[in-house]
This record gives sequence, structure tokens and C-alpha cells, in this order.
Amino acid sequence: MSTFATDLSIDELKAEADRLFSRKRLVNFGMPALMLAYLAYVFFAFDVAGLAGRANWENGKTLVADSYSYKTHVARDNRNGEVSVSIEGERKGTYPDGQAPDWVALGATTVIDLEDGHVVRFGPETVEYDIPGYGTVRATPTRSAGVQPELPAGEVPDWINVSKNRMAITTDAGRLTVTRNRSEVFRYFTGWELFWFTLDSPYYGKSPSQLAGLAASGEAGSILNDFWTNKMWRHQDVAWAIFETILMAFLGTLGAGMIALSMAFLATRNFNPLKSVRFLTRRVFDFVRGVDALIWTVVLARAFGPGPLTGALAILVTDTGTFGKIFSEALENVDQKQIEGVQSTGANAPQRYRFGMIPQVTPVLLSQLLYFLESNTRSATVIGAITGGGIGLLLTQAIITQKDWEEVAYYIILIILMVMLMDWFSGWLRRRLIQGETSPKRKRAKVAQAV
Amino acid sequence: MTDLSAGTPGVDQIKADYSEMTRRKRVYGGILLIVFVALMAAGFRTADDRNAGSFVDGWHRIFDYPTEVLSEAWEKIGALPENLVTFFPALVETLNIAAASTLIGTIAGTFLALMSTRGMAMWPALIPLFRRIADICRAIPEIVIALVLIFVLGGGPVPAMIAIAIHTAGALGKLFSEVNENASLKPVEGLHSVGANWSQRMYLGVIPQVGPNYVSYALLRFEINIRASAILGFVGAGGLGYELRNSMSWGQGRYDQAAAIFLLLFVTIVVVDQLSGLLRDRLTHGFEKGARA
Repeated sequence: MSTFATDLSIDELKAEADRLFSRKRLVNFGMPALMLAYLAYVFFAFDVAGLAGRANWENGKTLVADSYSYKTHVARDNRNGEVSVSIEGERKGTYPDGQAPDWVALGATTVIDLEDGHVVRFGPETVEYDIPGYGTVRATPTRSAGVQPELPAGEVPDWINVSKNRMAITTDAGRLTVTRNRSEVFRYFTGWELFWFTLDSPYYGKSPSQLAGLAASGEAGSILNDFWTNKMWRHQDVAWAIFETILMAFLGTLGAGMIALSMAFLATRNFNPLKSVRFLTRRVFDFVRGVDALIWTVVLARAFGPGPLTGALAILVTDTGTFGKIFSEALENVDQKQIEGVQSTGANAPQRYRFGMIPQVTPVLLSQLLYFLESNTRSATVIGAITGGGIGLLLTQAIITQKDWEEVAYYIILIILMVMLMDWFSGWLRRRLIQGETSPKRKRAKVAQAV
Repeated sequence: MTDLSAGTPGVDQIKADYSEMTRRKRVYGGILLIVFVALMAAGFRTADDRNAGSFVDGWHRIFDYPTEVLSEAWEKIGALPENLVTFFPALVETLNIAAASTLIGTIAGTFLALMSTRGMAMWPALIPLFRRIADICRAIPEIVIALVLIFVLGGGPVPAMIAIAIHTAGALGKLFSEVNENASLKPVEGLHSVGANWSQRMYLGVIPQVGPNYVSYALLRFEINIRASAILGFVGAGGLGYELRNSMSWGQGRYDQAAAIFLLLFVTIVVVDQLSGLLRDRLTHGFEKGARA
């Protein structure tokens, strides 16, 4: 390098340093400027400004609120006067006839206590809502005359929405909607209701200590069964879906590893002298890797239909290419000295490979396999969403319904836990199997020693 | 001589011990292999049972769909250039999603990495917090965030970009912090002694050391993100994947378009792979040379 030349005068050195500085300055300002320019271009290309207009913040609000709370519907059929109480308005969460939570008093006039003085009464004809600080709102829905609202005198506040056929009142305590055919009250609660047991289970509403007592007296099996077959949260299906996702990752990664290992020998210079075969194998690896998991998923789903097998095969095919590349590089970089050493003791070819080469490549292959096992758990979730298998499918289904956000939140938490668990597991296995690999802690200790 | 004869039973003993050990090792290895094969076989059977169609019925149909697509595309080979031009904007969008998310993810990942490395963190007490944040960002599959954001923001490239950027930030945050751990802290201390503030210490003391490795990892991530952005397009986030789903759900009659999209995606992935491989090679080798000199 020119800086090391000794016969330079001070002026020349200074000029040199100046040039260096100005180039550095250019890079220092140029790179961030380039990044900013690109981000600005993307900002307009993606129409981020227009996004604010298109975005549906109401959706976002429902999503967030619904993911940690649930609502109980009290509905009155205005044609025959029947009142039903259900959680999230789902049939699976409906209270049996004549039963209701303690804040709903069923009778000729059903009284619904929304707390803080808010009371809704479903009378034989008229629906009344006492709103503290405002007054009582009445509505008498009939088929012929609409809902016939009667509001206290004065201006109608913006949280009351009245038309001929519909009245909607939204307060902090809850929400009342009256139409010709139906009067409905929503009351919001925090938590995931019915997570453990559904209403038709005898164990609903029991405290953990009561349940422990029942379990001790021989009902543990049926308690577990009721939990396992919970129709709202479907614990059984969710467990199967997670198992399927992990299965896809496991089969795909290990199957790809086995196929790629046997093919990698064909692609290496030191094991395969035939140049044409080597070239062909490498192009096969490049091809299956380049075609991408998305296209393989689409193609394989046509042949095998949706399910975990399709996902596993898609991962298998794509990763065969990736592993083939990594493995053949590892095999080419094998140290010949060890093989020669084994040969000098009179070992034949299989023994040379077994004792001279395999110990060298095993750590590389194993650590790559385990790295991919973790990353493929994530891919299996994504592929599952496209091809229809595993937790990815459950997640997309829950999102498509656009109301079961508590389930979406539950699945997201499960997916994160699953991936973190696989991450931890593959790291643990890697450390156990490959004793030579230094853990980050040891690496840091080494650095400290060196310093 | 006496020494040697005295040592003979010892050698026999050693030999017996050694062969005993190898035998035990071989038995363990055999058992492990059997368990492994059984697991694989059972796994494939389970997956096969839970699949809509079985492997035995389907394997000979693997090439039916590609043949169908390719033969139709071949019939309409004249339309190929036109189709390639039609879908080029979608390709640009896919590339933009990947590039923008890699860029944002790299910036966020650098921040996370600096914040979670001992000796570099601005608030050393918060190192575990930033590590956990990176772990969680890394664990979330892109599709989860993308689907939720599509519901709120509507379809388009932005949800995909945010989703991929979050995952990239987590993944690169971990890789970068491993790079940081091997960086020398002496320049940082030197800068500290002349009164540099945190951002100056990082920008002048750390980044020049780790820059080439950072760029190399970011390029690798860019390759991965192109694939991810194509997949996210398939669930409604714009770009090539979205066009692919449209032309596929149309079915027969538009396979020439599907073939054009396949081709674009394939060529892009291969070209970017090769280019970034070349660049990364140069970066790391150049870096090593510099370190040696």
C-alpha cells in the first residue's frame, strides 16, 4: 500500500491523507443518502401515503380488543320473545335453556345488569336501557312499524345511532342493538372465556382447587377429556396441528439431508472424477433450490392434495438443493492428510472414508441440519398456510373468519413458543452432539483471555 | 525383555477393553440408526395418513401439473415476451419488498445487535431485554404478521414489507451480535477516552470492524427475503406471488401466464443467488486479506 512508502514528503503524505478523508467523507454521506433515496422511492412506489386512507383502523381496534377480551351476547328474538345467552354469539358457547350468568335475570322481563347503573330490560314488548347521566331509552320493535325509538329530549348524542329500522347504542358498559327482528346486548369481559371447559361440561366454572379435588376423587380422566375435546378452543386439533408442523419440518429436513448427502458425493471433485456427472448434479441442486419452496408447494399440492405430506415433500425438495450445495462444499474441503494418515495404517477404501473423512464432515453436516430444522419449523408454518396443513392452516382459517381474534392471538403465541422451543432444542442437541463447537459463552471467554 | 513380557497381559487387557468399547459403540450406533429409521418411517406414514391424497396414489402425478402448464405455455410461446413484460412490474414489486425489508431489517438488526452486546450497549442493564426482543422477532414467521396486517391495512406490499423486516431484524440481530462479540473493544475505548458519544463510538469504532461481515449477512438475507416476499404475495401481499395465485386459480387457459411468472421467479432467484454469492465471497475474502496484512 502507498502509505507504507517511505520516500514521501510531508506535503505528499498530507495530500494523500486528504484524498483518503474526502473519499471516506463521500462514502460516509453517500451511503446513508443512497439508502434514504431508496427508502423514499419505496415510500412512493408502495404508496405508503395512500395507505393511511385505505387502512381500516376500526379493524385494528376490534382485532386488538378482541384478542384479549370476549363478549357475551344476550339476544331476544322479537318475533317470539325467546331470550338466549351465548358467549361470542357462537352456538358452541350458548348457555343451556333457562340458564344464564348471574348478571342476567331471565323472566317475563329479562333484566340485564351492565354494572355502573347501566341496566337493559327486555320487556314483553318494549326494550329499555337506563343510561346514567342521560336517561332511559325505549324502543318497541314490531314488524310493521320498525323499532319505534323513544329517546330523552334533547340532541341525540353521537354514540346513539337511530334509524327507522335499527337502533344502536354503544357505551362503555356494553352495546345494545335493536332491529325489527332482534334485540341484542353485548357485554365485554377481559380474558379468554371457555378456554378450559365449555358450558356443557360439568367442570365449567369450577376453581382449580375444586378441580384438583375432583381429580383426586377419580374424575381426572373425564376432566382431561372435557378439556381435550373443548369445542370452542379445540385443544386436540391444535395439538395435532403443531405436531403436524413439527413433523413436516422434521421429515423435510432429515429426508433432504439423507438424499443430499448421497448426491453430494457425485458433485465433489475428490470423490467423482467424471466432470459431466459433477456438473449435472450441481445444476440439479441449483435447479431445485432456485425453483423455490413456493412453486414446489404449488406443484406438489396438485399431486398429493393439501396436508402435511405435501408440506414435508416441498421442504424436502427445496432443501435437497441447499444441503447438496453445502454438503458438497464441505466434502471438497475435507483435509486429505487425515485420510492419508488412515491409509498409511493399511486401511482400505471404506475404512479410509469411515475413519478419515466422516469424522471431519459430521460436525458440519449435523450443525447445518439442526440449523435448518429450526428454520424449517417456521417454513412449515408458512407452507402449511398455503398448502393447508398444520398450525399455519388453523391460523389462516381463524384470520379468515375475521372474528376469532382471541384464537388468532392464541395460535400466534403457540407458534412463537414452538419456534423458540425448536430453536432451543436444536441448539442443545448441537452442543451435545458436537463437543468441539464452542458455546457463545466460551467464545467470549476466549476473547477476554486474548485481550 | 522382562519389561515387555510383563506388559503383555496389559496389552491384552487394553485390546479387550478397546474391542468391548467399540462393540458397545457399534450397538449404540445401531440402536440409534434403527430408532431414527423407525421415526422417519412412522413420520412419513403419519403424514401420509393425514394428507388429502396419499403418496402412492400421487407420486406419478407429480409431473402432470408442470407438463400441463408447460405444454400450454409451449402452445402460446409467442405470448411469452408479452407476458414477461406484463409481469415485470410485479417482479419489481417483489424485489422492492425484499430490498426495502432487508434494508430496514438491517438497520433495526444493527441497533438490536449493538444494544445486546456487552461493552457496546448503550444501557448495559437492558441487554437481556434486547436479546429477548430479537429472539421474539426471529421466532415469528413472516406470514403471521403479514396476515394480521393485511386485515388492518388491506392487501399490498406494505404488510409484507413490515412482516419481513421484523423477522429480518431479529435474525440479523442475532447474527450481528455474534459478529460483535468477536470485534475488538479497543477502538471503542480509545474513542471513549477522547470524549466520543455513543453513536460516534459505534459508527467510528465498531461498524468499520464488522461492516464487511454485516453486509455479507445482509446479502444472504436478501436472497432469503426474495423467496419470502414471493410466498407472502401468495397470501395477498402483492408482487409476483399474488399474480401467480391469480393466474393459477384461473386454471387452464392462463397457464402461459403462470409459466411466465415461474420463469421470472426462477431466473431472479438464480441471478440474485449467484450475484450475492460472488459479492459475499469477495467481501469475506477481502476482509481476511485485510486482516492478515
